[in-house]
Amino acid sequence: MEKKVVHEELNFQRDDKMNLTMIPGKFARSMRTCLIWQFIRFVIINIKMIIVVGKSH
Amino acid sequence: MARVVVLGGGVAGHTTATFAAKWLGSQHEVVVVTPNSKWNWIPSNIWVGVGQMTKDEVTFDLAPVYQKAGIEFKQAKAVSINPEGNESSNKPFVTIEYTIAGKAGQTENVEYDYLVNATGPKLNFAATPGLGDANGLGEFTVSVCTADHAVHANDELQKSIEKMKKGQRQKFLIGTGHGMCTCQGAAFEYIFNIEHELRKAGVRDMADMKWISNEAFLGDFGMGGLHMKVGGYVVSSKLFAESLFSERGVDWLIGAHVNKVEAGKAHYELLDGSMGEEDFDFSMLIPPFAGVGLKAYNKTGEDITATVFAPNGFMKVDADYTPKPYAEWKASDWPRTYQNPSYKNMFAAGIAFAPPHIISKPMSSVNGTPINPTPPRTGMPSGIIGKAVAHSVCDLIKNGDKAHLHEASMAEMGAACVASAGKGVFSGTAAAMTVYPVVPDFEKYPGTGRDTDYTFGEIGLAGHWIKHILHYLFIYKAKLNPGWTLIPE
Repeated sequence: MEKKVVHEELNFQRDDKMNLTMIPGKFARSMRTCLIWQFIRFVIINIKMIIVVGKSH
Repeated sequence: MARVVVLGGGVAGHTTATFAAKWLGSQHEVVVVTPNSKWNWIPSNIWVGVGQMTKDEVTFDLAPVYQKAGIEFKQAKAVSINPEGNESSNKPFVTIEYTIAGKAGQTENVEYDYLVNATGPKLNFAATPGLGDANGLGEFTVSVCTADHAVHANDELQKSIEKMKKGQRQKFLIGTGHGMCTCQGAAFEYIFNIEHELRKAGVRDMADMKWISNEAFLGDFGMGGLHMKVGGYVVSSKLFAESLFSERGVDWLIGAHVNKVEAGKAHYELLDGSMGEEDFDFSMLIPPFAGVGLKAYNKTGEDITATVFAPNGFMKVDADYTPKPYAEWKASDWPRTYQNPSYKNMFAAGIAFAPPHIISKPMSSVNGTPINPTPPRTGMPSGIIGKAVAHSVCDLIKNGDKAHLHEASMAEMGAACVASAGKGVFSGTAAAMTVYPVVPDFEKYPGTGRDTDYTFGEIGLAGHWIKHILHYLFIYKAKLNPGWTLIPE
């Protein structure tokens, strides 16, 4: 029988605690270091943080 | 001429002193008393602890900065406060003991008109046998609480990495070293930075990694956790923390009070009352915090420490310290002006103020051992409180006793937090989070206690860039370089 190994899903079998969580797949992980997407997120996060800083002073 | 004495040169004390000096000008005196000669950007100690930064990159000498600002710098530790003066003088004063070479051990009484207690915490390693003693860190574990500790931590980490390269498996145990610790975020950053470095070194498969913490659930962070909007859902930080731990293959043990540490072994008690032990080859356990042990005396020399300070050693301020059950806790319990209720010319800022109660739901084991995180008061809240206190003190000096006091309640203040999960311009990641307000207000925000429009978190390279930029930005600001006041706390 041919195995279908999905590397990102292997940790589900480490123990019961990990089996009951959500683990990001390949796409979600790649977006975390995708330069274009992360630049966009950088701008958005900064705007959000500036608003929170502004509300706190 | 009035004299403002600031005890402590960390985020809160440095912010208070530098703004007070700027707003008061040369007509009044600002004195800083701190035992350290250097300022330390503590959030970056994490990177020193994994060898990605040097001690010099996260510290700088305070003396030239204070000279530039017109602040008198006394490298000394505060020992006691006489808020009414003594039998020979009505002038309040603080007794200090010098730590600078050449004057070490000498004491001096420094008179003040206004006192700001921003000493930060005592790292109470002695609270857990084996974690350390009254003199500091012990021999079995490492710490990243100071730059020197972080340098030592990295030395030990590199030894472990070398062992793994030679084929020897290593067990890493990272987290909190007592049931009443705070600063879970620092330990969280450290464990994921180690994990990142082990992968870079090609030895991740030789490491067993485990998190041990006094949090009742992963992602509590001493704030009772937080809820954020993601993908159309409002979800708990627990889900995200467990996801990250699972993704990186890091096991976890929560609700744990570490009660003893030996060579290669940590003993703990869990919320269910069971006892256990965890072996390790490398362990970084954050110690609990306590007040620095300042004493207070009245005019006749009678000890009034219990009047000025809470039992944990932190200074009482305008909080509601009435003991009450969790269900009755309110946002209004939290202080607004940080003025001492007994002596109106004394304030406390940052970690040095006594919180009215914890933020997380109080928990204790079936044996009665309290196991819950104490409230975080570091970073952005410390800076904002320090600035508000500086404002109040300056207004009191300029406008008299009826001046309006500035307010900075943690129940109306947000915090931006960037928790590094690995350093690298293109490969690094960090959890960028904001929480608003820090102390949940369930009357204003029924449900989550916070405004979910301004409480969010996500992991990615952008967070790492932000953390890296903040490192340079805040050191630039702390050095009082041109435009420093434009950079918010």
